[in-house]
Amino acid sequence: MKRIVTASQTVGPFFHRGVVPIPPLSAPEIPGERIVIGGRLLDGAGAGVGDGLLETWQANGRGKYAHPADGQDKQTTPGFTGFGRTFTGKDGSFRIETIRPGAVPWLEAGQQAPHINVLVFARGLLRHLVTRMYFHGDPLLAADPVLQLVRDAKRRETLLARQDASPPGAYRWDIVLQGARETVFFDC
Amino acid sequence: MAKQSGYRRQAPEQDAPYLHPAYKSTVGRSPKQPLVRLPHSLSEITGPHFGHEAVRPEDRDLTHHAGGEAQGQRIIVTGRVTDADGEPVRDALLEVWQCNAAGRYRHEADQHDAPLDPHFAGMGRTVTDDNGEYRFLSIEPGAYPWGNHENAWRPKHIHFSLFGPAFATRLVTQMYFPGDPLLPLDPIFNAIPDKRARERLVSAFDPQRTESGYALAYRFDIVLRGRDATPRET
Repeated sequence: MKRIVTASQTVGPFFHRGVVPIPPLSAPEIPGERIVIGGRLLDGAGAGVGDGLLETWQANGRGKYAHPADGQDKQTTPGFTGFGRTFTGKDGSFRIETIRPGAVPWLEAGQQAPHINVLVFARGLLRHLVTRMYFHGDPLLAADPVLQLVRDAKRRETLLARQDASPPGAYRWDIVLQGARETVFFDC
Repeated sequence: MAKQSGYRRQAPEQDAPYLHPAYKSTVGRSPKQPLVRLPHSLSEITGPHFGHEAVRPEDRDLTHHAGGEAQGQRIIVTGRVTDADGEPVRDALLEVWQCNAAGRYRHEADQHDAPLDPHFAGMGRTVTDDNGEYRFLSIEPGAYPWGNHENAWRPKHIHFSLFGPAFATRLVTQMYFPGDPLLPLDPIFNAIPDKRARERLVSAFDPQRTESGYALAYRFDIVLRGRDATPRET
């Protein structure tokens, strides 16, 4: 007899002391290609979501997750958990400083392009949203099996962070909850 | 490589939808496009792990803060975290936050005209043991008004955040109290269509775990998603 899984309820507007921010990079000496992702979390009216919570989960630069289910013959990075937690600012802005993840395997065969798994929590979200951030221009994008699940090419673009003119490693990625530029969210 | 299975998905009527117009903030924040169904790959069956070193013993006691004792009815909250097959979820980080006995959060955005308690911070954390059990000590939160509709009040609740074994088992929810007359009126609680799934969010009064002359007790068991029956190669 399967038990009923506990349902989600909104994180509400008052989570900021209950869940502590966790920087993805906990120490300055962690090796890897440094990247900074800046963007805004926007609602259906285009307004910034000022009480949002973002969580990121990613592999290290070699494409290895720091988790026992990852049986790949690749090394983890000491001190790099792969998890980060960020609060949005009053205007919905966020900034995630981390390292560029490597490609990770797909189901039975094949590879997924480097990506960061993202959870979005906010007042008004009864349960969290699941999305992914990929890197525009990455040669593995065309063959990525998850991007191929998104049939509309224009919608696929919502999952791609674009490089800023400067400084090196700076990317721009907005998360749009609703509307014409709505980000692709997954049933995960 | 070892065989790894994904996680079973929840029946839609047993989880909260994104759009629930009775809860007004969902109207402008819920996606309108259908979700894209994501098979569970290595990215979803892995997830962050927090060991027992992430919490201190005092993190389980919300009744003391800044050198004094919080106002209100002391409660012991315990529960067992299992998956849908009844297997204990060990080493799960559990974070809780709540308002004080008067219904006020220690938060700059909370403008409710009720007193703050200098000795109540309203947050705690713990990690489940080998049997999936957790326990913390708190005070019973108050109900509080909110702006959703005329004379709207949230039922008494404690926010829970849990990290299970994987990215796919992440859960943020709320624990409610049995017999709360505000429950039938609350659009957040009632957004979950299935009655039994709603009832899972209501804790049970737990007379056996009360402490004589000291505290009442409530039991709140939490069920995370179970593994798919069919393993596959990863």
